Amino acid sequence: MWPARTRAANVEAGCEAVSDAYMSVKDLKKYFATKRGLLHAVDGVSFSIRRGETLGLVGESGCGKSTLGRCLIRLLDATSGSVVLHGETDVDVTKASESAMKELRKKVQIVFQDPYSCLNPRLSVWELIAEPLIVNRVFPSGAAMRKRVRELMSTVGLAERLENSYPHELDGGRRQRIGIARSLALSPEFIVLDEPVSALDVCIQAQILNLLNSLQREFHYTYVFISHNLSVVRHVSDRISVMYLGKIVETADYDALFAHPAHPYTQALLSAIPVARLDVKKERILLEGDVPSPIEPPDCCRFAGRCRFRDDECLRGTPELREVGPNHLAACFKVGA
Amino acid sequence: MTTDNKRDLLLDVQDLTIHYVTDNGTVHAVENLNLQLGHGETLGFVGETGAGKTTTALGIMRLIPSPPGVIKSGKIIFEGEDLLSMSEADMRGVRGGRIAMIFQDPMTSLNPVMTVDKQIAEMIKLHRNVGEAESLKLAGDMLELVGIRRERMKDYPHQFSGGMKQRVVIAIALACDPGLLIADEPTTALDVTIQAQVLELMKDLKRRFAASMILITHDLGIVADICDTVAIMYAGRVVEYADKRSLYSNPAHPYTVGLFNSVPDLDSDVEELNTIPGLMPDPMELPTGCTFHPRCLRAVPECSVSKPGMIEVEPGHFVACPHAGSKRGSGV
Repeated sequence: MWPARTRAANVEAGCEAVSDAYMSVKDLKKYFATKRGLLHAVDGVSFSIRRGETLGLVGESGCGKSTLGRCLIRLLDATSGSVVLHGETDVDVTKASESAMKELRKKVQIVFQDPYSCLNPRLSVWELIAEPLIVNRVFPSGAAMRKRVRELMSTVGLAERLENSYPHELDGGRRQRIGIARSLALSPEFIVLDEPVSALDVCIQAQILNLLNSLQREFHYTYVFISHNLSVVRHVSDRISVMYLGKIVETADYDALFAHPAHPYTQALLSAIPVARLDVKKERILLEGDVPSPIEPPDCCRFAGRCRFRDDECLRGTPELREVGPNHLAACFKVGA
Repeated sequence: MTTDNKRDLLLDVQDLTIHYVTDNGTVHAVENLNLQLGHGETLGFVGETGAGKTTTALGIMRLIPSPPGVIKSGKIIFEGEDLLSMSEADMRGVRGGRIAMIFQDPMTSLNPVMTVDKQIAEMIKLHRNVGEAESLKLAGDMLELVGIRRERMKDYPHQFSGGMKQRVVIAIALACDPGLLIADEPTTALDVTIQAQVLELMKDLKRRFAASMILITHDLGIVADICDTVAIMYAGRVVEYADKRSLYSNPAHPYTVGLFNSVPDLDSDVEELNTIPGLMPDPMELPTGCTFHPRCLRAVPECSVSKPGMIEVEPGHFVACPHAGSKRGSGV
């Protein structure tokens, strides 16, 4: 299918700068069996995340970004591939034993999209934040734990008087702060933020984004920020990967991606964002049709059906990520060819 | 400019007040709201969750669930008639025929057990004097108009994607050539590339049908794209009303300014977003005076006492704040 040489080079390019990498993902796949065939949710993605950076993961519904985020911390078992956490010893998250995973989970955390459904409605704010500490038996004494919960509440900006409130009494922003406090409780290194602000109004969204940024500055967390909102992703990310139908089609530094999008899909996606200004007039690239089904996708460029630049080459094979600029990878036959 | 010019108004909402009376208290959803819309105009109706945007739209359609909803006072003059004093039978002729509505979620606003051509034909038969065969033919025409092939008219809603379903909803809304179209967050449930398709379609159809539109949204980007005038709503009141150009170049109300600052910009780097402190007030216990004063950086003691009236800061640009005008706020 592929000339072996290019493929090896591509995989290397996808995992560049391994020296300061926190996590390296190689050829990760997650398939779901459905009645109509195998659903390729994540279909062979390779990338690395640097220590202390925020990697933005954008794409439209059904592109596999949340599935990928969950595979990274093994909330879902990957079908194949590896997710290596670099540290004193390298650990492959996808193959770690149950007991090793229990330790690992203290280091890797997730914040979910919907603050209305991810919190147990029968636990108070205090109980919700203390839960991870109790489950992991972090503190021998109740007093030390109470101190830690108070500390977490003030870190995420929840007033102490709220500790006996229940989630239904609070607004979306405060609930999301509880979700964030829970994920911080065990002092993690790595947090997957799965659409953390999508359910919130713009003013509250801005407050939460500021909070996440200041937490990262203070505690040097490594973030994967999953969102469909490009302006939000641009605001928080150092690098951004764009996903389409289970594949990463482009990865670049945040400013390069917006200044020189290389992949035709990225170009269309950027042009489709409505801008809240009148002085910017941009030409909108309208894509034809809808995202095709991820069930048993054909072995060709996934985007070919909707692409302005497609030709026969695009239907013959799947393009791999290759370098199109400094720190800029794109998976398209037509770019820089 | 667009206002104060009563002769060409399609819709004139005067002093509309809508409350929801519940056991726990009265929710002041809409308070003394004034709104004008000219022929062929598109008004963007912007605000956060709970600002009262949807309640206002439902009020215009007289679809407020009652109880608990009560239209306490006001007039809704549409094409010279007050909708609030109309009989229910007459109102049924208005809904769908002269004023049509597009709801946010196309997944729930279509009937899942009826083919889409029948759903469009249902609307046509209700408002026009045509037979079954003719209405189905017209339904097919409408589908083609919104970019769906005629072969698919016998399909059920679940066989369409989200964007296609919203196209069907638009076809139903436009089937009787309404004078006013109210679109309540029509693209919020859609992905950004599909949203772009639907917005282009709506712009195009609005031109062809010469319809006026009220577009309810929380996205200032969409407003910049397709609206002519903008009303910013906060806690049941319109706090700023202007034509688009004036509002975007010179937002005057502190809340509007805060709203613009909260949106991350695609072209500039800022470490920290300027947020509006605090939360939207509880609509059961609205603050006294200006409802925005507890969160306002320009507030002075008198803001908590007197309700600000609308001030015209530029021709056609109205603001409900005495300290608007200059962007930095005046040191009263």
